[in-house]
Amino acid sequence: MKGVLICGELEKKEISSISKELISTGQKLQNSLDQSLDFLLIGENLRERAEEAAILGVNKVLIVEGPEFSEFHPERLTEIIAAVCRQIEPLLILLGQTDLGRDVAPRLAAKLEGSICLDCVDLAYDQKTDTLIQTKPVYGGNALAQWATASHRPYIVTMRPRSDKPVEPDPSYRAEIIPIPVEIDETQMRSQLVKTVHEEDKGIRLEQAKIIVAGGGGIGGSEGFDLVRKLAQALGAAVGITRVPADENWMSKSLEIGQTGHIVGPDLYFAVGISGAPQHLAGCSGSKVIIAINKDPQARIFEEADFGIVGDYRDILPALIEKLKDLTAAQQD
Amino acid sequence: MNIVVCIKQVQDPEIPASKFRLDAEGKNVIPPEGIPPVINPYDEQAVELAIRIKEKHGGQIFILTIGSDTAASVVKHALAMGADEGIILNDMAFEGSDSFSTAYIMSKAIQKIDNYDLVLCGRQAADWDEGLVGSIIAENLHLPLITLVESVNLAESRFQVKRVILDGYQVFSVPLPAVLTVSHEAGQPRLPSGWGIISASKKEIAVWDANTIGVESYQTGAEKSRKKLMKLFIPQKEKKCEMIEDEKPEEAAGKLAQKLREAGVI
Repeated sequence: MKGVLICGELEKKEISSISKELISTGQKLQNSLDQSLDFLLIGENLRERAEEAAILGVNKVLIVEGPEFSEFHPERLTEIIAAVCRQIEPLLILLGQTDLGRDVAPRLAAKLEGSICLDCVDLAYDQKTDTLIQTKPVYGGNALAQWATASHRPYIVTMRPRSDKPVEPDPSYRAEIIPIPVEIDETQMRSQLVKTVHEEDKGIRLEQAKIIVAGGGGIGGSEGFDLVRKLAQALGAAVGITRVPADENWMSKSLEIGQTGHIVGPDLYFAVGISGAPQHLAGCSGSKVIIAINKDPQARIFEEADFGIVGDYRDILPALIEKLKDLTAAQQD
Repeated sequence: MNIVVCIKQVQDPEIPASKFRLDAEGKNVIPPEGIPPVINPYDEQAVELAIRIKEKHGGQIFILTIGSDTAASVVKHALAMGADEGIILNDMAFEGSDSFSTAYIMSKAIQKIDNYDLVLCGRQAADWDEGLVGSIIAENLHLPLITLVESVNLAESRFQVKRVILDGYQVFSVPLPAVLTVSHEAGQPRLPSGWGIISASKKEIAVWDANTIGVESYQTGAEKSRKKLMKLFIPQKEKKCEMIEDEKPEEAAGKLAQKLREAGVI
């Protein structure tokens, strides 16, 4: 087994940011492995996207096209990736810790009898011992664990989004695009996809937002989120939430930021009424500047924040919104 | 509708970070004094989902865990919630098993239970945060798998399963038997009732060893782990928070806005 295979993903028909981050990770490993770095795309009508991938610094772009292959159907996608792996026998298979990765990677590891490490934030290859070193948050982010794997190939790894910088296109080298034929026996698919519903179509996507205003359990109820929304509006920001507002149905679950939700990295992150559970911090610690507003001076969020105000958000947010309006007005004058 | 729920005992994930300690070698988490281990919260949600299905369609719920006698407390908890039978898989050979060996042991036990329609697991364990065992069990038993399940509906001998994705949800239809891993969106687990606690305390918990379930002990344990833990460490924080203080919230808000403007972020 040889080489690194990246399972690329499309998002809104573009090559996703995590896919480009995986190429960065793969390139670092490539330096110590000195093996091929290949990029896999699965779907329909992939020509244009394959051309886009071909200038991202990989050796080969492999495309698997077929009817309904663009559907997010984990059982089918597992079969497709497994079929590709049996053909090209990669040493390392890299996926994002995304909807795709967290579902498909474990199935793949079982099928290919490899090893697996999910949700890694760092990956290195030790040439001397021929060992893959995988670093991942454990105990809800309270600790980091380093795992070594030297047997049970292929190595299957999912990387947490934002663990590496996405690669930039470089047109000076164009990788070869190779179609890989894969036949899927649809009668063997035991799960049938009835429907896929995307709820977060309106508003700014959390992953792309420059500013996020997030509310937690301290907001106390759905009414309180009116203020959170108003602040977001004043800033042109996206709204996010923690586990409590999701569990309590104050806000749509699809806005949850954290280990089991969105992993975000805005320039500015307002944590309002958020205690700072590691589970949540896992999703927002990539933010450039974090501002914490919380009644409890002992709240863990203050350890993570750059600026903090101790106080009731009901008093602070309206004043902040006014002040921001003044500042923007002054700027326009 | 017979349901097997695989559960795990974990250190209480709700303990404050200040009580989170590692041993000197950086290989183990030191259990905090006075805070007993709990059922993995995601597994508790799997138990809850199993009970809801049983309330609608009848049948029996089997609770399966790997551990020693100390695991009895989490099995009793699941029984008190409303599960019917508890089984602890206990054998020296199981100690230190990774997710693959754990799934192998669980699969053998599930095959011994034999008469099941559904296997439920939590989406991941709150200690190692992986989320592998349920998926590998499905692969071992050649059963259909749906992960990150929020709710289920039985319709003409197939399950309509709603699963969570990042920005919405999917609905899949699967034949029985199937394996489902349950996400927190399934909702709050019920508290055991007084009667539940009493009846659970009277129940015998079966203990099965490697021999009972036909596990080849050379295939389990730390030696068989596909990856080795080199070290555990607590990430160091370098950040220093600048606290903005003022008697009046309006003033504090004003100062904050000013700081952000100075920092060039707004």
